[in-house]
Amino acid sequence: MHIVVCIKQVPDSAQIRVHPVTNTIMRQGVPTIINPYDLFAIEEALRLRDAHGGSVTLVSMGPPNAEDTLRKALAFGADRAVLLTDRYFAGSDTLATSFALASAIAKIGATYGAPDIVFTGKQTIDGDTAQVGPGIAKRLGLLQLTYVSRIASVDPEARLIEVERRAEGGIQQLRTQLPCLVTMLEGSNTIRRGTMADALKAARAQVVIWTAAEAGIEELTKCGLRGSPTVVKRVFAPGSRAEKARMIDPGTSARDTADALLDAIFAAQGALEADVAAAQASL
Amino acid sequence: MIDEKFDAIVVGAGMSGNAAAYTLAKRGLKVLQLERGETAGSKNVQGAIMYAAMLEQIIPDFREDAPLERHIVEQRFWMMDDTSHTGMHYRSDDFNTDRPNRYTIIRAAFDKWFSRKVREAGATVLTETTVTELVYDIRGKVIGVKTDRRGGQVHADVVVLAEGVNGLLGTRAGFRQMPKPEMVALAVKEMHFLPQEVIESRFNLKGDEGCVVEAAGTFSRGMTGLAFLYTNKECVSVGLGCLVSDFARTMESPYELLESFKQHPSIRPLIAGSEVKEYAAHLIPEGGFKAIPQLYGDGWVVVGDAAQLNNAVHREGSNLAMTSGRLAAEAIFQVKSRKDPMIADNLKLYKKMLDDSFVVKDLKKYKDMPNLLHTNAQNFFLTYPQLVSKAAKTFVHVDGTPKIDKEKETSRSFIKARSRLGLIGDAVRLAMAWR
Repeated sequence: MHIVVCIKQVPDSAQIRVHPVTNTIMRQGVPTIINPYDLFAIEEALRLRDAHGGSVTLVSMGPPNAEDTLRKALAFGADRAVLLTDRYFAGSDTLATSFALASAIAKIGATYGAPDIVFTGKQTIDGDTAQVGPGIAKRLGLLQLTYVSRIASVDPEARLIEVERRAEGGIQQLRTQLPCLVTMLEGSNTIRRGTMADALKAARAQVVIWTAAEAGIEELTKCGLRGSPTVVKRVFAPGSRAEKARMIDPGTSARDTADALLDAIFAAQGALEADVAAAQASL
Repeated sequence: MIDEKFDAIVVGAGMSGNAAAYTLAKRGLKVLQLERGETAGSKNVQGAIMYAAMLEQIIPDFREDAPLERHIVEQRFWMMDDTSHTGMHYRSDDFNTDRPNRYTIIRAAFDKWFSRKVREAGATVLTETTVTELVYDIRGKVIGVKTDRRGGQVHADVVVLAEGVNGLLGTRAGFRQMPKPEMVALAVKEMHFLPQEVIESRFNLKGDEGCVVEAAGTFSRGMTGLAFLYTNKECVSVGLGCLVSDFARTMESPYELLESFKQHPSIRPLIAGSEVKEYAAHLIPEGGFKAIPQLYGDGWVVVGDAAQLNNAVHREGSNLAMTSGRLAAEAIFQVKSRKDPMIADNLKLYKKMLDDSFVVKDLKKYKDMPNLLHTNAQNFFLTYPQLVSKAAKTFVHVDGTPKIDKEKETSRSFIKARSRLGLIGDAVRLAMAWR
């Protein structure tokens, strides 16, 4: 099996700061990490490879220093890594990103064998859109399984995959044909620690670096800022809350506590009390 | 286990480890460097001042791309009591040269650069890999290491222990002892961010010029300790350290001392309005010459802080670390070139080279200083700063008292505090230790 995993280098959100004047994210000096959701995708890919044989290819689009992120991901035990880096990619939104990654995956398929499964994380922690995975699937004509919490089985012979997908109100059990694209949910597994041999291999590995042209992309107008219809209108930091938490005397019974809580809420939100009263009256 | 064998394994990617790994790789040896941190530098803490001469001997053209903060044009030594400081400042335009002698650096950035150089020199650098124990052959020669990764045993002709002040591996292997509390200082440091132009106006600097303040005094509450304030490009590092044994005795907490140091009227205006972005703590070897452990053995050498190579009097550590790393690498290269085995008898060349260098010569010069400052902490870090401050105040305070009476008052206060014999004794002891 050939499995491709899309990963992204993101700023470590635990250490991010917003510029007080411009409201933009201050990236300078903020350490970068592998998008945490992608780690679940990497681990799932490695497990499938270990069970069924084959290889795992990592792909990322980003600035040249994303090579470090790919190298770090290689140390978990992936077989190769491809970095898409080109100034034409700068300023990509989710549409342009999924175009570039889909093109690269097609090229990866032509170079290292057609992928049976493409993995992505559920979403990134810096964009939070969850659009790139489905965008890639659509462009490559792959069946898509999003928000997957567990891979129940994969049968490479029968070309079948069964997964559990978290949906509103429950878990869906889905079965479909390979090849497909899977976006992995958080908590679905725990990323492994690569062996000494994996780490040594990663430290010496050559990350394959492709420009737009090398990835076989001819339509440069679909890349980067030019290929991105999304416009950021305004960035702002939410103001800090002026109100302080208020402690409520819990009372002796649950009923007293509930009454005290309702009184406190209605005291602060007069309109709400009227709404509730109106709703009760209409029952 | 990894089948591949290396010429040398370097444990740690601090100053000494990077110097050793770089020099070995440049000499064409097959080097594996193992670092437990996420990146080289992620675990490393220093003030930090970097001395150019020692790095030049390893990477002559480092100024081209190393992340340097400011070159130092002014050094201030302050003796402080609770409300004042008596200072000696040295500032010279001669420090504004093409090749300045001292720089402030930020280790996180600097070590990343150094590590890149190590990789470019041809060494294999593995991070997030902790060496858990040494591996021996049946004759007791070190032949490799075990790491915390699965299948994590690797073999090499020689292991360079550059694991830092705690020296867990060396201690476990019985090559050295756990550092005694009176032989290590605990230093804490904060990075205070300020706009570049504010730093420049407060310290009277322009461009990349930098200023360094080092101080002793009542802020250490009678403990053996020093405080510092270093200017970086866009932040000021403020910190202090005292002997661990003193902290244990007095039950003072380091961050409380740092808080009160920052509130000192001589310090507060220098960092006013800043934003603290980083807080770090680190142990510093203070034992000096007498604390240097066995430096080599069958299949191993120890360098840097792990070998306690730190000059507490001159507050130099990273240059001793770099030099010891470089010399260990040179010695290993020479033994290797002669196709000799990496046994103690051959690796003693490293000790000889170190003995002949400034590293051991300097430490030898001050061999009695740690003991003197430790046993006389109250006098040197509390009584004298107070007396000096009082003397300076008496000298500059004009109130109609005849000068002769002022001088008498000053000498009386010194004698009262330390007695004539005590003063002479302190002077002699200090002179002897300095010799």
